[in-house]
Amino acid sequence: MLATALPALSDAAALILQPMVLGYLILGVVMGLCIGVFPGLGGIAGLSLLLPFMFGMDPVLGLALMIGMVAVVPTSDTFASVLMGIPGSSASQATVLDGFPMAKKGEAARALSAAFASSLFGGLVGAAFLTVFILVARPIVLEFRTPELLMITIFGLSMVGILAGRVAIKGIVAAGLGMMIGTIGEGDSAGELRMATYDMPYLVDGLKLVIVGLGIFAIPEIIALLRQDRAISDRKPLGGGWMTGVRDWFANIWLSVRCSIIGVVVGVIPGLGGSVVDWIAYGHTVQTTKDKSKFGSGEVRGVIGPESSNNAKEGGGLVPTLLFGIPGSGSMAIFIGAIALLGSGDIEVGPSMLKNNLDITYAIVWLLALANVVGTLICIAASGGIARLTTIPFSLLAPFLFMIIAFAAFQSGQDIMDLVALFGIGLLGILMRRFDWSRPAFLIGFVLSNPAETYANQAVQIAASRFRKSFGEGIEYIFSPIVIVLIIITVISVVLGLRQAKTIMAEGAVESGAKRAPMVFLLAVLAYLLVAFIDAATIPDYASADRVFPRFVSGLAVIGCLILLAQMMMRPETHALFADREASDDSRHGLWSTLAWFAALLALTAVVGFVLALAVFLLTFIRFRAGRSWRFAILYTAAGIAFICAMAGVLNRDFPAGLLQDVAKLPWPLG
Amino acid sequence: MDLKNITRRVAGAFIAAATTATLATGAFADGHGMDMSGKTVEWIIPFSETGGSAKWANFYAPLLSEALPGQPTVVVKFMPGAGSTKGANWFQKQKFEDSEGTVIFGSSGSTQFPYLLGDPRVRYEYGDWNVVLASGTGGVAYLPPELAKEMDGNDASALRDTDFIYGSQGATRLDLVPLLAWEMLGLNVEPVFGIKGRGDGRLMFERGEANIDYQTSSSYLKGVTPLVEEGTAVPMMSWGALDADGDIVRDPTFPDMPTFKEVCDATDGCESSGEKWEAWKAFFIAGFPAQKMVFLPAGASKDAIATYTKAFEKIKARDDFADISAKRLGKYPQMTGDKAAGALSSATEVPQEAKDFVIGWLKERYGVSLK
Repeated sequence: MLATALPALSDAAALILQPMVLGYLILGVVMGLCIGVFPGLGGIAGLSLLLPFMFGMDPVLGLALMIGMVAVVPTSDTFASVLMGIPGSSASQATVLDGFPMAKKGEAARALSAAFASSLFGGLVGAAFLTVFILVARPIVLEFRTPELLMITIFGLSMVGILAGRVAIKGIVAAGLGMMIGTIGEGDSAGELRMATYDMPYLVDGLKLVIVGLGIFAIPEIIALLRQDRAISDRKPLGGGWMTGVRDWFANIWLSVRCSIIGVVVGVIPGLGGSVVDWIAYGHTVQTTKDKSKFGSGEVRGVIGPESSNNAKEGGGLVPTLLFGIPGSGSMAIFIGAIALLGSGDIEVGPSMLKNNLDITYAIVWLLALANVVGTLICIAASGGIARLTTIPFSLLAPFLFMIIAFAAFQSGQDIMDLVALFGIGLLGILMRRFDWSRPAFLIGFVLSNPAETYANQAVQIAASRFRKSFGEGIEYIFSPIVIVLIIITVISVVLGLRQAKTIMAEGAVESGAKRAPMVFLLAVLAYLLVAFIDAATIPDYASADRVFPRFVSGLAVIGCLILLAQMMMRPETHALFADREASDDSRHGLWSTLAWFAALLALTAVVGFVLALAVFLLTFIRFRAGRSWRFAILYTAAGIAFICAMAGVLNRDFPAGLLQDVAKLPWPLG
Repeated sequence: MDLKNITRRVAGAFIAAATTATLATGAFADGHGMDMSGKTVEWIIPFSETGGSAKWANFYAPLLSEALPGQPTVVVKFMPGAGSTKGANWFQKQKFEDSEGTVIFGSSGSTQFPYLLGDPRVRYEYGDWNVVLASGTGGVAYLPPELAKEMDGNDASALRDTDFIYGSQGATRLDLVPLLAWEMLGLNVEPVFGIKGRGDGRLMFERGEANIDYQTSSSYLKGVTPLVEEGTAVPMMSWGALDADGDIVRDPTFPDMPTFKEVCDATDGCESSGEKWEAWKAFFIAGFPAQKMVFLPAGASKDAIATYTKAFEKIKARDDFADISAKRLGKYPQMTGDKAAGALSSATEVPQEAKDFVIGWLKERYGVSLK
């Protein structure tokens, strides 16, 4: 094994260490940073931009460009997570939990540099691990059959236990609600519709992660900050914060090592990829920290854990991509397509990769590591300056964020309904935040809903066929050693998690208020779950595979709701059950009047199209809500429109069209 | 390509996008083919960036850009949703006058099947569009070696007492063709639904969970040939290819493999004639020999159709075309002009009896109703 690896390694080094290759790598990294900074845009958008240039390009140069771009996305999306509380991509959902509170405390630079140092380290550990692992990976990956995949999904779901908050049942119901939102649309097994009709084609495809992520995390935070009408951080940024962050990382280096390994290992398994890695890492971080009281209000370990894992995951994700030709993520899928265009198409991703292209394989692994180094250095250098964003009055930042979020959401389905869905989920997010329902639990439920259902159905079906052959074969299939180990880990993690959950306030402390409002929200959640339960029950027998999962989940969640309802009736209104942020509110503006601004942008878009609506929105918002002069408002609007048009132009994206565009043909970008 | 060139082309694409937008209403040269210099052609693919259609379009896009008069920028634009019916419905609403040849559409077998099966979401009509390229492909079914051994030459009847598991994307998709074929052979194949792409189906086979699978030609060459060399997979049959008379013959990419027709003929109880066979053949033709097509919208001018046809012919005439296309697309006909039109009609004008049979079979066997 070593005999084949060593020459290939030195071949790979010779391929990479050329000025031209490094130049392309840096170009890719810079482009990736520019795109990754924006929430909702990531590797897919960036690689699509590069695709037209890949045809016939020198393979190593093309790889350097593409890998440079892909590798920095999980690094640069940290900016949005930490500075604005918006998960930049699915890989940094968990970073928000502690990163954003740190930014609010004026420690943005510290959080960022700790995150970047961890990212870098994770990327390097990932590459080192892969160098050895890739030679033996194939048979190991093949050991992960459907029951194993299902168990890992369940293990990911068990992280809900830790993130459930003070009232465990509330967290479980939140996760159940997330899973039910995840089942909306056409079932994977028999194509039956759940909570959708063919009259509303939008819902048939289900809701996209970008929309749910932005709606459940970003919109509530933006609205809340806007209501307080001050900067993200009301304190002066701590001087020289970025060195502190690097020192924080170094002090927790073993945590970083462990989370990096979690990242690679989970990343290696095809079919799950990034969606669970950061939650598992966060869960592990919490469980291994002695003083858990600071999680959720700015614990630096809560940033180091997930960030170490998410870059390592990119390396792990290369294993299924390169060895099986099966993309671990959307961006990897384009990556595979792009490799086929390189040179004269000699590189074939798939089972023959190790045999024929071991040098290229190693070149890819180490380009990835190198891209991490370059990207991190650029990010750390920039973090001090970019952290100052947290001191800008939020009323100036918010319209810009609304613009980006609406644009990003629209890219997921290129449908005006994307904006409606964003608003709807945003409203749900606002209410969940207000009544202290765990939004991370909801998001975990949503993300893992589809894998949980699909793997469960498939495992049952395949197991049934094995049991028909013989009982022993069936048992052997379901309870493989890997499954048993995973079950043990999951049980331990749930028990520990529930015991500790009470001390972890994933979203900060919330006071209790009156009984009525939390109760009304609970009843609304219960009503939706009941409707979903009844809707699932109407699915006919021949399509029962699409019925079992939503019925089971909504059934459990309804029971949870009923228990909560009973508790609410018996407990006094000071109990944590009645948490309500409005009870201790120091906001300067009302919720509805603030939300109305965003609603107006969406409504106006439906009428006159995005760009015109944006112009009106930016102008009036800056003039009247932010109270700046007309001159300032006009300049701001012009800059905003120019920016979004340039971005859409480069990425070749459309804007949402309104009724106006239906009747009149307008030139781009208006039409 | 050097660094400067790339930045220039990125900037160029941006400027081009902006200028075409403002100049889109300007007239173009009449009569002598279109001059498309400075324009941006949007090639709409109704799938996500990750599928087979994306690879096909990404292969052709740069070649098309070079071959069209005036070398316009050709960008592939993805419009996924509702199993490609969303993008196709959108394209149906496009008027040629609005785009003047700068909007083209790439359809696939997954666009054809819902159209043929009367899916309620279909609002498009192939007859309205103008085909300028039709790309064919094929498919190969394969087995684990211990099961392949049981086949007696081309006779598959010994496999009838095996419980087969197959990772499937859905009975109404292209998977309809293998599922119906296996059923005709009398095999007891249980599809496990919910996989996201054929690559996942192959992985399931490699993990030993599925014990029968099929891949389209290019994926077979890339993903399964190494397994065959290792001895962990054995090809069972190809779907075959169509000859000029419309008969099924051996697939030129896999000349050594028997076709399904041969296997069917050699297997007791499977007949390569009659209602079932005609239905299978009709859907095979709709799904494979003319799987991917490029269209101009309804009302396209003769000029535009001629310009695109000529451009695709020019691509086919490239010295290196046989070489590069065999690697990415397999050795299949890339049809233009009358041949493309012929492929389109055989792919979309399926006899009513065949449609009725398949709709009835889907309902009875899988409980799928498309209402």
